[in-house]
Amino acid sequence: MAEPADNIHGASIRLAGVYKIFGPRHLDFIEQVHRGMTKEELLEHNHVLGLSNINLDIPAGIIQVIMGLSGSGKSTLIRHINRLIEPSSGVVAVNGIDIMQMSPVELRDFRRNMTAMVFQKFALLPHWTVLDNASYGLKLRGVAKAERQDVAMRWIERVGLKGFENKFPNQLSGGMQQRVGLARALANDAPVLLMDEAFSALDPLIRVDMQTVLLDIQKEIRKTIVFITHDLDEALRLGDRIAILRDGKVVQKGTAQDIVLKPADDYVANFVKEVNRSRVLLVENIMQPLEAAAAPAGLPRLPARLLLDEAVRRLTGIGASEGLAVDEDGRPLGRVTLSDIVQAMVTPVDCPPEVAGMAAPATERAAAGA
Amino acid sequence: MDWLTNFPAMDLERLTAIKRAIDESFRSFTRAYGDVFEALFEPLKSFMIAAEKFMTGAPWPVTLGLILLLAWLASRNWRIVVGAAAALLLIGYLGMWDDTMKTIAMIIVATITSIIIGIPIGIIASRFRRVRLVLSPVLDVMQTMPSFVYLIPVVMLLGIGKVPGLIAVVIYAVPPVIRLTDLGIRLVDAETLEAADAFGSSPWQRLVNVQLPLALPTIMAGVNQTIMMALSMVVVASMIGVQGLGQPVLRAINSQYFTLGMFNGFAIVGIAIIFDRVSQAFGRRLQKHREVAHG
Repeated sequence: MAEPADNIHGASIRLAGVYKIFGPRHLDFIEQVHRGMTKEELLEHNHVLGLSNINLDIPAGIIQVIMGLSGSGKSTLIRHINRLIEPSSGVVAVNGIDIMQMSPVELRDFRRNMTAMVFQKFALLPHWTVLDNASYGLKLRGVAKAERQDVAMRWIERVGLKGFENKFPNQLSGGMQQRVGLARALANDAPVLLMDEAFSALDPLIRVDMQTVLLDIQKEIRKTIVFITHDLDEALRLGDRIAILRDGKVVQKGTAQDIVLKPADDYVANFVKEVNRSRVLLVENIMQPLEAAAAPAGLPRLPARLLLDEAVRRLTGIGASEGLAVDEDGRPLGRVTLSDIVQAMVTPVDCPPEVAGMAAPATERAAAGA
Repeated sequence: MDWLTNFPAMDLERLTAIKRAIDESFRSFTRAYGDVFEALFEPLKSFMIAAEKFMTGAPWPVTLGLILLLAWLASRNWRIVVGAAAALLLIGYLGMWDDTMKTIAMIIVATITSIIIGIPIGIIASRFRRVRLVLSPVLDVMQTMPSFVYLIPVVMLLGIGKVPGLIAVVIYAVPPVIRLTDLGIRLVDAETLEAADAFGSSPWQRLVNVQLPLALPTIMAGVNQTIMMALSMVVVASMIGVQGLGQPVLRAINSQYFTLGMFNGFAIVGIAIIFDRVSQAFGRRLQKHREVAHG
């Protein structure tokens, strides 16, 4: 990470060889699953393979998005991190501490101090006011009333709910209720923030709004956020790292650019093809590296980590057709032309031809968009 | 072919001997432990006597005012309070004031006792499936066994009077609180419970912050049913010396006093309606926060 480590308040999370089998005799089948029993074979014994050999290292202070469709096991996965669900085998460690070794009391302390969670359907206490809900985690921890209300009030204001602190959840809209859910989790000041489809139940506009709120707050708090979603656009916008889950397996992990530029298989490629690339790809992804150390003079400078749509806006704004990509210290790295950018926006880069050819015909795409 | 027409019952002498043996052993049990049980129920007795003394001893405007105040505090509904006042004044005018107050005292004590016993049992039943499995048939027996039948051992153990009457009423009236506490807790939204766990609730914090408050509307429905069942037991309990509106009804049955029976019967209906409306309005008020203001 480029930032100094003392800015980071998060904790690292490691899942190694995590398997989860659902069913009364799950431990009897774990050996066979390790040896390669498939999901279908297991189903014949009336057991369901929820997660299969999950290996995920999440460094402290980043937003790790786990993306998958319903039934992919993403909600099961996030519940392993605070042990709401126990793995059938494997290691789950937070800050290097194996949470599977914790006693019930240790686990309770761990949940009170190390994690906070935001739920898809908000899961607020309907008989408590917004203020009481936001101070819930602190109350469980035994923080004195005045202090916890103080902290909760700060976060209520931060998520934009000032003036609503004495309302009950049912008097608020869905978006506002989830702001309460977010305030409740943030007030806990835990290093790990678990967000289970936190914005999936919200209207599209409010969802984008909440994403902005989260990204803004994350710049200050630098927690480790594990964010579950089924929406690729949301995943690409929020995730410093993205893992794509299918049938309980991680099919690809990487940055947003990795996912878009090098989809691991047809499944991911299919997801990615409808994505607005100009909002995912960066100048550095498509620039042509400079051959000589000398930079061509007179070209407008663009940060290498600028999104393509912003780069287009800047170039066309000044009537230029070519730009110079520079790093954070202003050192020139490469050059990029407007036509390169446009090309990258419409055709997949580095895509195997058969995947590139999979782009749906215009009529079909129109139907899907309707 | 005698065994086809007459049911091949147990030998009559042996059957009598069995019944007599059971009776004898229970009788000696009551002789040995009757005093212990009486001492055990002493607090209940003092509670009962104090409640009754207060309800009948105070000047009637005071008791009436107090009942109406309670009705107002619980329901915050003028129509209910006015209706209750009218019903109580009519009952008093028709000469049934004292009996009605005794019955109300009895119902209050029986309901409080049922809640104190029933809610903890309901909580335990909701947590342990096995307890629920055992409890369910026991509650069925308590509700369907003709109430006269379990009056017998109670009377043998404690004699005739207020406390055995109260026990009989509580046995009959407690099942709904237990059942609906259990049900209400099990119906609490799973994601809300998950949130409680995710933030590190202890089992007690989970119960007090989440399970009981969210189950409260269902529990209140159980309390309402318990009150109604307690009222319906008043007449039966009067057979073992419980005073109140049941006694005149019993006398009316024995002597065929139609009007006496009707008056007291309607007085019971009257206070039943008051209790029902007030407790339901209270239950609704507890859920005010559930009203959706936003679409």
